[in-house]
Amino acid sequence: MSATGIGASVRRKEDFRFVTGRGQYTADIARPGQAHLYFVRSTHAHAKILRIHAGHASRMPGVIAVLTGEDFAAGKLGSLVCGWLIHSKDGTPMKMAPHPALPVDRVRHVGEPVVAVIAERADQARDAAEAISIDYEELPSVVDPAKAQAPDAPQIHEVAPNNTIYQWQLGDPAATEAAFARAASVTAIDLVNNRLIPNAMETRAAVAEYEPGTEQFTLWNTSQNPHVARLVLSAFVGIAPEHRLRVIAPDVGGGFGSKIFIYPEELVALWAAKTVRRPVKWTSERSEAFVADAHGRDHVTRAELAFDAEGKILGLKVKTIANLGAFMSTFSSSVPTYLYATLLSGQYDIPAIFCEVDAVYTNTVPVDAYRGAGRPEATFVVERLMEVSARRLGVDPAELRRKNFVKNFPHQTPVIMNYDAGDYAASLDKALALADYAGFPQRKREAAGRGKLRGIGLSAYIEACGIAPSQAVGSLGAGVGLWESAEVRVNPTGTVEVLTGSHSHGQGHETTFAQLVSHRLGIPIDNIAVVHGDTDKVQFGMGTYGSRSGAVGMSAISKALDKVETKAKKVAAHLMEASEADIVFEDGKFTVAGTDKAVTFGEVALNAYIAHKFSGAELEPGLKEGAFYDPVNFTFPAGCHVCEVEIDPETGRTDVVNFTAVDDFGNVINPMIVEGQVHGGIVQGIGQALMEACVYDESGQLVTGSYNDYRMPRAGDFPPLVVDTTVTPCPSNPLGIKGCGEAGAIAAPAAVMNAVTDALGTEDIAMPATPLAVWTVLQRQAHREAAE
Amino acid sequence: MYDFTYHKAASLDDAAKLLASAVDAKPIAGGQSLLPMMKFRLASPSDLVDLGTIAGLDRIEAEGGTLTLGAMCRHGAVCTSEVVQKTLPALAHLAGLIGDPAVRHRGTLGGSLANNDPTADYPAAAVSLGATIVTSKREIAAEDFFTGLFETALEPDEIVVAARFPVPEKAAYEKFRNPASRYAMVGVFVAKFPDVVRVAVTGAGASGVFRVPSFEEALSKDFSADALKGLSISTDGLAGDIHASAEYRAHLVGVMARRAVAAANG
Ligand SMILES: Cc1cc2nc3c(=O)[nH]c(=O)nc-3n(C[C@H](O)[C@H](O)[C@H](O)COP(=O)(O)OP(=O)(O)OC[C@H]3O[C@@H](n4cnc5c(N)ncnc54)[C@H](O)[C@@H]3O)c2cc1C
Repeated sequence: MSATGIGASVRRKEDFRFVTGRGQYTADIARPGQAHLYFVRSTHAHAKILRIHAGHASRMPGVIAVLTGEDFAAGKLGSLVCGWLIHSKDGTPMKMAPHPALPVDRVRHVGEPVVAVIAERADQARDAAEAISIDYEELPSVVDPAKAQAPDAPQIHEVAPNNTIYQWQLGDPAATEAAFARAASVTAIDLVNNRLIPNAMETRAAVAEYEPGTEQFTLWNTSQNPHVARLVLSAFVGIAPEHRLRVIAPDVGGGFGSKIFIYPEELVALWAAKTVRRPVKWTSERSEAFVADAHGRDHVTRAELAFDAEGKILGLKVKTIANLGAFMSTFSSSVPTYLYATLLSGQYDIPAIFCEVDAVYTNTVPVDAYRGAGRPEATFVVERLMEVSARRLGVDPAELRRKNFVKNFPHQTPVIMNYDAGDYAASLDKALALADYAGFPQRKREAAGRGKLRGIGLSAYIEACGIAPSQAVGSLGAGVGLWESAEVRVNPTGTVEVLTGSHSHGQGHETTFAQLVSHRLGIPIDNIAVVHGDTDKVQFGMGTYGSRSGAVGMSAISKALDKVETKAKKVAAHLMEASEADIVFEDGKFTVAGTDKAVTFGEVALNAYIAHKFSGAELEPGLKEGAFYDPVNFTFPAGCHVCEVEIDPETGRTDVVNFTAVDDFGNVINPMIVEGQVHGGIVQGIGQALMEACVYDESGQLVTGSYNDYRMPRAGDFPPLVVDTTVTPCPSNPLGIKGCGEAGAIAAPAAVMNAVTDALGTEDIAMPATPLAVWTVLQRQAHREAAE
Repeated sequence: MYDFTYHKAASLDDAAKLLASAVDAKPIAGGQSLLPMMKFRLASPSDLVDLGTIAGLDRIEAEGGTLTLGAMCRHGAVCTSEVVQKTLPALAHLAGLIGDPAVRHRGTLGGSLANNDPTADYPAAAVSLGATIVTSKREIAAEDFFTGLFETALEPDEIVVAARFPVPEKAAYEKFRNPASRYAMVGVFVAKFPDVVRVAVTGAGASGVFRVPSFEEALSKDFSADALKGLSISTDGLAGDIHASAEYRAHLVGVMARRAVAAANG
């Protein structure tokens, strides 16, 4: 292993510019003559728009335009869309309601943009927005997914009776019923997977520019997938043909899914730029982000797991209501279906599974993919069920899991997925050893001596990453293919640019992708630039989410590198006057097998371009190759996380005192970056379990609309995290990579809640287990004991 | 944030004059409460008078059983001051629990007292210790100073100059943070003087800091955590929100008070 090749913990090349404040984020972009956009947002969860009083505002200093939903409708642009078509079990397509960027007559959630104000300065736009008043007729609203389908619930969209978007199912109901009929025991639980607000460090932003001469739009946008944004904005919304719309996602400060989607704000910015003939800039304020960025999770679930007398799982039944909010966001439909139910087999050999999912509209911020997207929800169901079952059956939770692990690969689950490789016992064993599972009873006693309740919980998760084989997702309703593209451009001086359709917004691609190239071509990592995030530079790409950039994005680079190597060997053969078949490429040197003839990669690069040693008839000059890589399967990262908590029964405060993660990500490119990804994920997962409550009141107001009330995890909340790996290389891609970006957020919530419920001795507590929630449970227990 | 006019005050008199002369002028100290309010457009003073440029407002002095802190003492300075740590360690501890390092680096004692946020920490110390708030016009006993939610006895052009804290025999502050904001969800300051014990609670009251006479009475007889066993406070007048019901806050007042007494006893 070289110091900068695959497997080396190379320091992140991009960090110098980030930590010294030299990143170029969308908010840093300033175009000559740019105007500023500010939105008047709905203050109601559900209301008719009667009248917009904007006359005064439009005459205020600096105001260029005040644009409403009617103006937008006059522009005859298309609706925002959800790009994954789900069918209900009765065969009908999902009920997708129109989603205009600005509504004409009705608002459906607090924070929905209603009026766009464009002014010379940002503060003038905001001043004018404040001067606009809107007459609303309030309508009844519903925010709770469990109440959305009630006959008397307010109807949010005409196209979706009972607010039901689809009633979908996966698996074999008859086989599952039969399994339950044979069961020696059944564990049933009710779970709420709490709604989360993403809170990337950089808020969303957009700068839109229109060039009337060429009819060319440029959009700088905080996007995880600029090409997909361009495709949707041109093909569905119709703002401009694809070749006249350039989307640039410069440095992006975190996304966690929330920057995948195509939102009203950037669409309005583009349309407004053409309308006012000025570049238009919008930068979300933090308060806006709470009500304007797609939220995550929000499931209500009933799940049942059937066992035989020996503790082997016979079947699993799951019924979930998924809240998609007021509109269907870009990929919202896929999250509670194909990204969720397909993982319900967990790490276990489950003969029969049946899952039903109802997706509903409510008067809340739209919900879409958020770190893990569906897989945290699935893991939470399976791993809470396993823990609760073990407790009820009186067996060790680790052993119940071990007994049911999938042991032979490939393994076809009853819910579509075909697991290609894994060793679940290996990660379990390593995690138990690192966490000193055996020593827990002793620690629990010691904690009790200090008046603390100590609990331990496991989460043996699996996820599907490397999203995704295009044909497979196409057959499931995806509107796009999910391959990735790459181009490797070798310059005459031997330096290299790698163009990728992946997008880095914290993942460190500028480092890891360069490591792959350094490893393969034997050139210094500083001679490699990774280019991404610009539709004019990179021809096409599907972007970064679903832990796909290693497994899919790097595989595309690897494929392009294969082609570069083949071509370079031809050039080397001409240079050394040898047969191409005798050329060996190793450590950056081309040699003629069995001789001491050698040329360096740099010499080959130069000669590829000067083309003095071969004729055009023999070989094309240049050294530049592209590739599209379409994966043959999902990848299946899996592992075991162990959480240990201590609860102060007097105050209800829960501290995570130990957290151990052993993950199998397949081959690892950069262990340091992987560790960082795992840390971030775990922290978000613990945040979901213990801290992050997104609360709407009955009238549909978001109570947790700022950091004063929305409890973000902080570094000081955590003990040192113990992070390790086991490796079964992924057989489905050339690098053997599985993906690591979401594992922590997927595994951690169940581990934490298993620990909390172990400490409390009751399953009756929902996420987040805040001090108030824990204290309330303890109070209830105390009252019950007192009554007995 | 709306536009405003910024003034650097050369002296206390100058500051008072500037405050009196503008329509809606406000002093600014650390800006850690005022600036966020202005950014949210919830406060819109016409003029800001910066107290940071006035000499001598950041003194820390211990003399004759009294610790005097200037209004411009930053939380961080109070927390790390050897004088405070020696004479009134509970107060240094309290200052160290405020916000985060950035907030402690800018925020001031005077600003915190003048702001009288019902979840701020200093008001509990001021009431429990029986502090005297020294202003540009007069001296006000802490209990008379805090008059309600974000309300104080200060007149619009009156400036907090210092606070004088009588040094107790024993004192301690226990804070249960609001999980989200990290202000006090319940903070209890306990101070024992030769003749009196005071227990002041912040964070829990719907209208700000308050004393707990029943706890004080019990502790006057027996200054031990055990003396508080079985005592509780009523939920009347307590705040309730998504983070803590009034019942939970009442419960935490008891827990934090017992812990504070235990800590004061070392
Ligand atoms: C993220 C964050 C976390 C925080 N956490 C806590 C916490 O845990 N506990 C806590 O107690 N506080 C907390 N605070 C508030 C912090 O302590 C503030 O510093 C304090 O409340 C105000 O002090 P300041 O010097 O910043 O005053 P400023 O913000 O400058 O002023 C506040 C108010 O007081 C007035 N004022 C200021 N100085 C004087 C004076 N000398 N005389 C008269 N009026 C004056 C101003 O006009 C204004 O109305 C937090 C603040 C932030 C931003």
